[in-house]
Amino acid sequence: MEILWFALAVLCWVLFFALEGFDFGVGMLAPALGRDDHERGAAIRTVGPVWDGNEVWLVAAIGVTFAAFPDWYAALLSGLYLPMVLVLLALAARGVAIEFRGKVDTPAWRRRCEVTLAVSSFVTAGLFGAVVAVATTGLALDPTGAVVGSGLGRTLGPLLSWPALVGAVLGVLAALVQGATFLGLRTTGPVRARARRVAVASAVVGAVVAAGVGVAVGGLAALFAGVVALLGVATAVAAGWRHEGTAFAAATLGVVGAVVAAFTAHVPVVLPSTLDPASSLTITGAAASPYALTVITVGAVLILPGVVAYQAFSYWVFRRRVASERVAA
Amino acid sequence: MTALELSRLQFAVVTVYHYLFVPLSISLSALTAGLQTAWWRTRDERYSRATLLAGKLLMATFAVGVVTGLVQEFQFGLSWSAFAQYYGDVFGPTLAIEGMLAFFLEATFLGLWWFGRDRLRPGLHLATIWVVAVGTLISAYVILAANAFMQHPVGATIDPATGRAVLGSFGALLTNPVVVASFPHTIAGAFMAGGALLLAIGMWRRRDDAVQGPTWRVLARVGAWTTLVGGAAVSLTGDVLGKVMTAVQPMKMASAEALYETTSHAPFSLFAIQLPGMEQPWSIDVPWLLSFLATGDPTATVQGIDDLQRQYELQFGPGNYTPWIPVAYWTFRLMIGLGVAATAAAAYVLWRTRRGRDLTPAWFADRWLLRFLWVLPVLPTAAATFGWLFTETARQPWLVFGLFQTRDGVSPTLTPVELVASLAGFALVYGVLAVVWVRLVLHVSRQEPTPLHPTAEESRPEPVLEMSY
Ligand code: HDD
Ligand code: HEM
Ligand code: HEM
Repeated sequence: MEILWFALAVLCWVLFFALEGFDFGVGMLAPALGRDDHERGAAIRTVGPVWDGNEVWLVAAIGVTFAAFPDWYAALLSGLYLPMVLVLLALAARGVAIEFRGKVDTPAWRRRCEVTLAVSSFVTAGLFGAVVAVATTGLALDPTGAVVGSGLGRTLGPLLSWPALVGAVLGVLAALVQGATFLGLRTTGPVRARARRVAVASAVVGAVVAAGVGVAVGGLAALFAGVVALLGVATAVAAGWRHEGTAFAAATLGVVGAVVAAFTAHVPVVLPSTLDPASSLTITGAAASPYALTVITVGAVLILPGVVAYQAFSYWVFRRRVASERVAA
Repeated sequence: MTALELSRLQFAVVTVYHYLFVPLSISLSALTAGLQTAWWRTRDERYSRATLLAGKLLMATFAVGVVTGLVQEFQFGLSWSAFAQYYGDVFGPTLAIEGMLAFFLEATFLGLWWFGRDRLRPGLHLATIWVVAVGTLISAYVILAANAFMQHPVGATIDPATGRAVLGSFGALLTNPVVVASFPHTIAGAFMAGGALLLAIGMWRRRDDAVQGPTWRVLARVGAWTTLVGGAAVSLTGDVLGKVMTAVQPMKMASAEALYETTSHAPFSLFAIQLPGMEQPWSIDVPWLLSFLATGDPTATVQGIDDLQRQYELQFGPGNYTPWIPVAYWTFRLMIGLGVAATAAAAYVLWRTRRGRDLTPAWFADRWLLRFLWVLPVLPTAAATFGWLFTETARQPWLVFGLFQTRDGVSPTLTPVELVASLAGFALVYGVLAVVWVRLVLHVSRQEPTPLHPTAEESRPEPVLEMSY
């Protein structure tokens, strides 16, 4: 029972990070790779129709976590209160920047939207990386599952730690690799060429950092880190050889591997306590009832095939690459 | 302020903000779909232009609805973690189902509609916006069911060992009499909001040149009819909702009326003030109306606050079970009053613009209407906000009526500094969002409306046909 719930929650989180990762990356890269308004527009257009659908996986993930592990949901969010509020604010700025950019036809407006998009994508990717890292290394949980401490430092403090920093760097790198390979796959012209170079560079750096983490933590996690690092190398090679589809697939698999590793690092513990191992939250403490699991599972079995079908249809409708070169009118 | 008070303030601010945009998303998606259908059937250019304009308003509104909705999803864990632990088994599946069933639909098909204008066959393209409209209705229903549980908990039992709610029947949750009554009421209110927005923009621009003027008139008339019909529906459904409410939360009805004594043939007070030094408040009453609203029988007995307070003390132990009466009284009246005002304005516009006529600024009522056009969309939105403020505050001290009190729900270790910081963050970002949204709506309403499907010469050439996968 718990295992099923846990698998379902991890699946939703993995899908969220894997899908939304590339639109974080595109958001960061659009102003850098697009030299003019038109090129930046082309880059953003690649995610225009799909980013919101990707973000819904966050809603599903949070819903499943809320249902199955209310203690985990409650401890994670109230224990990382301020970082999570920042994530939400950055996500808010990001979504609105993507949607509003094309609605007013002045360069200044578009510029502002692009800058907002880049900054908020960067912040979200970094904070998500940091939060996942902190959640893997643990919080100062007391026996009731609440994070102890006082003042702003209670929940901001964990961000000022090494794991959080490394997590943030990895988060940003992962988004960059995914975003660059995605742009390589979905555009033509100058943006495609520049994206390839960014993909190679960021994948190499990402592989090095992942390998470093592997060496530092050791054990089973090192194995995962090694796989992730190899996937990074594969991404770089594929991107260099212009196998754009392969590069994107390898990058995405790398993200999947990293997220799975982070979530399963301490099973059955889902949220370790740094104060006392006895206060750690485990999946056996899952409070959700079998009935609730049935509701979600039946719902998922009935609904998700349809979702996959229409999302695939959407990707198929927008399968044409977006042209980033200027067209002589 | 304490962490509890700050948490409540933050929840109210952030939720009400989300709900400023929700009614517009719900109604504009259906109105856009309706206008596009009108174009599809008549091939009348005016409908095509009106569709794209409504669609732009929808896109702008939807974006804000989505990002603020995401915050909603997290709020229960952030500052209401004790409540989240209590309520997870009920709310979690609801949120997960809502996301899978509704949000994926809305998000994917809105993208298809907006970016697919020149890629999809017109019939298929029309279908996409209808799917969005249906998606918003599904999501509204499911989330209202979650809220209805808090008004009238059904479909769950309390686990004696943990003291937590355990979902027993998802079907019962979805057929809660409160959601069955509040869904049509909420949706009718939502249509008033979208209708009034189109009405105001259309009237503002109705004198445009010969090409565009007719398009704006279409918008104004469609918007006015929507507001009028919505207004009628909101009254009928509100009446039903009031009866359901009286049955499940008699204290709420009594507070809405500030009715302290149990009374038969109870009157409905339209307006009341109590100046210092007055024994009795001075009020304008409609005889028997409250009894009728609450039960359908003008002679029926309506329970008063004092009796209910005594009854609840016996039932739940000592404590204060009376909500904040002035807030309940006034939010209820503002909801109704502002909604009636919007309906009346819509009826007036329809009458003055019948059969091709137009307002004459020389006539003083028309002049005032034109000057205060911008107020029209504010009225239903404010009415709906007051409706929520009433529904939620008059449920206090309960979070889940009869089962779980608000003061027990807050995150135990959250500190006031953190809440002040987050509240400041929300205020800043949400404030900027509101300003940008208003500018965008004004910008869209100042533009020339263009046809939904660009003609062959206008459409941007797309010479690159290489597939990306
Ligand atoms: C009566 C309708 C209604 C009510 C009471 C609420 N919402 Fe809402 N919500 C919608 C109707 C809606 C919608 C019409 O479906 C939205 C508005 C704009 C949009 O994109 O969808 C939406 C968006 C929306 C989203 C973003 C979906 C996406 O990414 O596409 C989330 C996560 C929520 N809501 C969650 C909530 C929660 C947790 C609420 C309660 C506390 C809540 N909403 C109240
Ligand atoms: C499923 C949907 C909803 C749930 C689970 C929910 C839950 C809650 C919770 C936990 C509180 C905090 C207790 C408190 O502050 O008193 C609250 C209060 C409040 N909610 Fe709801 N709510 C929902 C929908 C809404 C919506 C859509 C609105 C409208 C905008 C709304 C308006 C409010 C307001 C104004 C308060 C403050 C009341 C007060 O502080 O006295 N709620 N609700
Ligand atoms: C004749 C007019 C109306 C009557 C009799 C009426 C009645 C009611 C009642 C009894 C409630 C409280 C139900 C509860 O606690 O759940 C309510 C809530 C509400 N009302 Fe109204 N109402 C009227 C007009 C309006 C208008 C004009 C709007 C908005 C345009 C509106 C929007 C709402 C909303 C959003 C809620 C809260 C959601 C809910 O509980 O469903 N109402 N109304």
